[in-house]
Amino acid sequence: MEFGFTTAAYVVAAVLFILSLGGLSNQESAKRAVWYGITGMALAVFATLIGPGSGLWWLSVPLIAAGGWIGYQLASKVEMTQMPELVAGMHALVGLAAVFVGFNAHFEIGNAAAANASGMDAVKDLGAFGQLIAKKSAVEISILFVELSLGVWIGAVTFTGSVIAYGKLSGKVSSNAEKLPGGHLLNAGAAALSLLCLIWYLNTGGILPLLILTLAALFIGYHLIMGIGGADMPVVVSMLNSYSGWAAAAIGFSLGNDLLIVVGALVGSSGAILSYIMCKAMNRSFVSVILGGFGGTTGPAMEVEGEQVAIEADGVAAALDDADSVVIIPGYGMAVAQAQQNVAELTRRLRAKGKNVRFAIHPVAGRLPGHMNVLLAEAKVPYDIVLEMDEINDDFPETDVAIVIGSNDIVNPAAQEDPNSPIAGMPVLECWKAKQVFVSKRGQGTGYSGIENPLFFKENTRMFYGDAKASLDKLLTMID
Amino acid sequence: MKIGTPKEVFDGENRVAMTPDSAKQLMKLGYECAIEAGAGANAGFTDASYEDAGVEVIKTAAGLWKACDIVAKVRQPDATELKRLTSDKTLISFFNPAGNEEGMEAAKAKGANVIAMEMVPRISRAQKMDALSSMANIAGYRAVIEAGNNFGRFFTGQVTAAGKVPPAKVLVVGAGVAGLAAIGTSTSLGAITLAFDVRPEVAEQVESMGAEFVYLDFEEEQQDGAATGGYASVQSEEFRNAQLAKFRELAPEVDIVITTALIPNREAPELWTEDMVAMMKPGSVIVDLAAEKGGNCKLTVMDEKIVTENGVTIVGYTDFPSRMAAQASTLYATNIRHMMTDLTPEKDGQVNHDMEDDVIRGATVTFEGDITFPPPPPKVQAIAAKPKEVVPELTPEEKRAAEVAAFKAQTKQQVMLLGGGGALILLLGLVAPASFMQHFIVFVLACFVGFQVIWGVAHSLHTPLMAVTNAISSIIILGALMQIGSGSFLVILLAAASVFMAGINIFGGFLVTRRMLAMFQKS
Repeated sequence: MEFGFTTAAYVVAAVLFILSLGGLSNQESAKRAVWYGITGMALAVFATLIGPGSGLWWLSVPLIAAGGWIGYQLASKVEMTQMPELVAGMHALVGLAAVFVGFNAHFEIGNAAAANASGMDAVKDLGAFGQLIAKKSAVEISILFVELSLGVWIGAVTFTGSVIAYGKLSGKVSSNAEKLPGGHLLNAGAAALSLLCLIWYLNTGGILPLLILTLAALFIGYHLIMGIGGADMPVVVSMLNSYSGWAAAAIGFSLGNDLLIVVGALVGSSGAILSYIMCKAMNRSFVSVILGGFGGTTGPAMEVEGEQVAIEADGVAAALDDADSVVIIPGYGMAVAQAQQNVAELTRRLRAKGKNVRFAIHPVAGRLPGHMNVLLAEAKVPYDIVLEMDEINDDFPETDVAIVIGSNDIVNPAAQEDPNSPIAGMPVLECWKAKQVFVSKRGQGTGYSGIENPLFFKENTRMFYGDAKASLDKLLTMID
Repeated sequence: MKIGTPKEVFDGENRVAMTPDSAKQLMKLGYECAIEAGAGANAGFTDASYEDAGVEVIKTAAGLWKACDIVAKVRQPDATELKRLTSDKTLISFFNPAGNEEGMEAAKAKGANVIAMEMVPRISRAQKMDALSSMANIAGYRAVIEAGNNFGRFFTGQVTAAGKVPPAKVLVVGAGVAGLAAIGTSTSLGAITLAFDVRPEVAEQVESMGAEFVYLDFEEEQQDGAATGGYASVQSEEFRNAQLAKFRELAPEVDIVITTALIPNREAPELWTEDMVAMMKPGSVIVDLAAEKGGNCKLTVMDEKIVTENGVTIVGYTDFPSRMAAQASTLYATNIRHMMTDLTPEKDGQVNHDMEDDVIRGATVTFEGDITFPPPPPKVQAIAAKPKEVVPELTPEEKRAAEVAAFKAQTKQQVMLLGGGGALILLLGLVAPASFMQHFIVFVLACFVGFQVIWGVAHSLHTPLMAVTNAISSIIILGALMQIGSGSFLVILLAAASVFMAGINIFGGFLVTRRMLAMFQKS
C-alpha cells in the first residue's frame, strides 16, 4: 500500500517536472511552470520520507530545512551578474551529493552481503535499500557496481569541474585556458586509469579501486575545465549541467529509483541540448570546445585596413538624437561593468522619445546561456524588445544606430568575410550593416579569441572608449 | 617647431592652408603657429581671429618663410618661394610632382623635404588627409551650383497654379569623389540624376546617393578599378564606342551635364563630343570639371564660360574650390592638420619624417636632398569589391525535387538511427537482467521526452532553464533519504551531507528561478 503510494507520487512528480521544463517555452507560462517544479519536488520528497525504508526523520527534516535556509539566503542575495557562478556552484553540490550517494550504495552492498551471510534476521535490520540489495543476484550486483561507479565518476567530474568553473566565473581562478604539462594526455591517462579501476572493482568489490576511480575523476574534472577559456563558459556550464543530470540518472539506476532516472535523463538531455546550441552558435564542434582553445588558421588573416576612430559622448548623443531605430548589442563587457541599469535607462529615455529601440542577443553572449536576457530583465527591459540573432539580423540595414556594448567576437565581420579567420563561419550579428555603429569598449584590445575585429576599423564605426558604465553615465547626462 | 602659412601668391587663389581652428589643433601637437598678414582674408579669416587663436602674425612672406620650420600652403610653390626653402625646412603643399620637374630639382638642390598633398595614397587610413578628395568634394558641389546659376529653370519638378514644371535631368559622368558630391547635390535639389562611370562597382554607391546608374550594353569583362588604386584607367576602343553611343542617346534628353572624368597623369578623355553638344536643347548647361586637363568636352575653354551657337552654356572654370574659399580652407587645413598628426606621433612638436610609413612615404617627393618621386606602390592595396555571385533561381520542379531529396535523406537518416539504436538495445537486452531493462526503458523514454521538451524552450529563458534543471537535479536527495535509514554510521553521515547539500540546491535553485522569471516583463 505504502509502496504503491510512493510510486504513484513519483509518477505525478515526473509529469510535473516535464511540464515544468516544457513551460519554459515562453515567459508567461514559465512563471506557472516553476510552481509545477516546486510541487513535484515537494511531492517526491514527501513521498520518499513517508515511503518504505527511510528513517531518521529527526535528522532528514532539519537538514533539509537548514539547507533550504542557506539556499534561500543565497538565492535572494545573489546579483544577477553572478548567476553563472551560482549555477556552477550548485552543480558542484549535485555532483558531490552523487559521489556520496554512490559511496553509500557501495557500503550498503557490503552490509547486505554480510547480512545475507549471517541470515534472514540481519537482512531485516538493514534499511529498505539494503533489503533491496540483499535480494539481488550476482549478475545484478555486477550491474549495480557498474552503475554506481558510473554515478560516482560522473559526479566527481561534475564536482571539481563545477568548482573550477565557479572559480573562473567569479574571478577567483584565472579565466585563461591553462593546462598542466602533458595536456590532454593526462586526461586520457586518468580516463584509462578509471576504466582499469572499474574492472578491478567489478572483480573484487573492494573500496580501494572505487577511491582511485574517484580521485581520477576529480582530477579529470579539474584539469578539463582549467583548460577551457572564459568565453567558452556557456558551453562548459551547460555541459556540467548535463553531467549533473547523468550522474543523477546513474545513481537512479543503482538505487533502482525510476524518478531519479527520469529526472536525471531530463536534466541530462537539457544540458546536452544547451551545449549543442551554444556550440552551433560558435560554429565549433563540442569536442574542440572541450579540448580548449581555438583551432589553427588555414592561412594568413585578412589585412585589416583603416583605423579605429574614437568618439566622445556628445557625438553619440547627437547621433542617437537623430536616429529613429536603434539596436543595442550587449556582451560580457556589459555584465562586467554592471552597466545593465544604465543601458535600461538609456533604452527608456530613447523609447520615451518614440524611437524604436531593440536588443540583439547572440546565443553565446555572456558566460551562461541566456545570460544577457536575465541581466536585461533585471534592469526591467521589456522582453519583447529583446530579440534573438536570427530575428534581428535582417533588420540591420534599416537600422540607424547600432550600439555594441562589451561584445567583440559575436560582432566580428571576419567570421563572414575572411575564410582564413579562426572564427570563419561562426554566425555573427551583422551590426556593421547599420548606418552608424558605436562600440563601447575599454581599450583597443582583441576579444577572447585574440583576433582582430575589422568592425572597429569600418568607416561607419566609431569607438566610444571607456568603462561601459562610466561611458553610459556620461551619455545619459546628454540625453533627456 | 614652428608651422607657418604664407599668403597664396597664385592669382585668384582665395584659399589658405591654416585656419584659426586648425591652428589650435596644431598647437595641441606641440607646434607654434605663424601666418602671413592677410593670408586668410579672402577666405574670411581675419588676422585678428588668428591672433585670438594664439597664432603669430608675420608681416611679410619673406619673414614668415625665414621664421618657420614647416611651411604649409595650398598652391604649388612658384620660383620665388622655392628659393626660400632651406635644408632644414619642410614644405607641405600641392606640388604636381609629375609635371613639375624643375620644382623638384630646386627643392632637391636646397635639400628641403617636400610633401605633396596630391600624392597622399588612396587607402582608408589616409582618407583624413586626402586633400584631392576634399577639394573634389567641393568642386562637385560647386559644379551643380554653377550649373544651376546658368540654367534657366528649376531643378525640381513642380505643379503650380501657373503650370507644371518638369524636373531638370542631370547627367554626371564619372562617379569619383567630385561626381558623387555632384550627384548628392543634384538629387537633393530635386533633379532627376543619371550617372555614368567606367568602373561598374561604383553603381552601388551611385544608387545609394539616389541617382540612376547608366549601364552599357557591353559584354566584355570590365576591369576592376580597385586594381589601379581606385582610379579609372584607359578603356578599350569597343568600350569607348559603346559609351559614346549611350551618351548620344542621352544627349537630347539631358539639361545639365557635369563631366568629371580624369585619368591620372593623362589628358582628360573626350567623352562629350561636339555632335552631342549640338544635339542638346538650347539653355542646357555643361560643367566640365576636367577643364584643366583639356576637358571632357573639346569645346570647353579653360577658366571661361562660353555659350555655343545652339545656346548651350559650357562652364570651364578650374577654381571651384577657390570659389568656396571658406569651406575649402577649412577642409584643406584639416587635411594638413591630420598630416601633421601623422608626422608627430609623439605629440611633442617635433617632426618624425618616417619614410617607412606608407602614407608619409607616398606623399614625400623630395627628402634630404633626394628626389623620392614616384613612390613605390603602397604595401596596403585597396580591397577590390568582389563581383556578386548570382544564385540561379530554382524552378518549381527543381525545388520540389530538392525537397523530395531532402525528405528522403532525412528519412534514411532517421531509419538508420532508429535501427542502430534499436539493435543496440536489443543486444543489451540479451545480456542484461530484466530488472535492469525495466529501468532502462524508463531512462530511454525520459531522454526522448527531455529532447522533445527542451527544444521548445525560448532562447531568452536558457538561464532560468539551467537554474530550474539544477534545482530538479537535486532529486538525488531521494537516494540520500533512502539510505539515511541505514544502520551504518558512515552511511548515515554521507547521506546526511547529501541531504543537506541537495536541500541548498532545491531551495536555492527554485527561488532564483522564480526571481529571474518575475523580472521578465512585457512592455
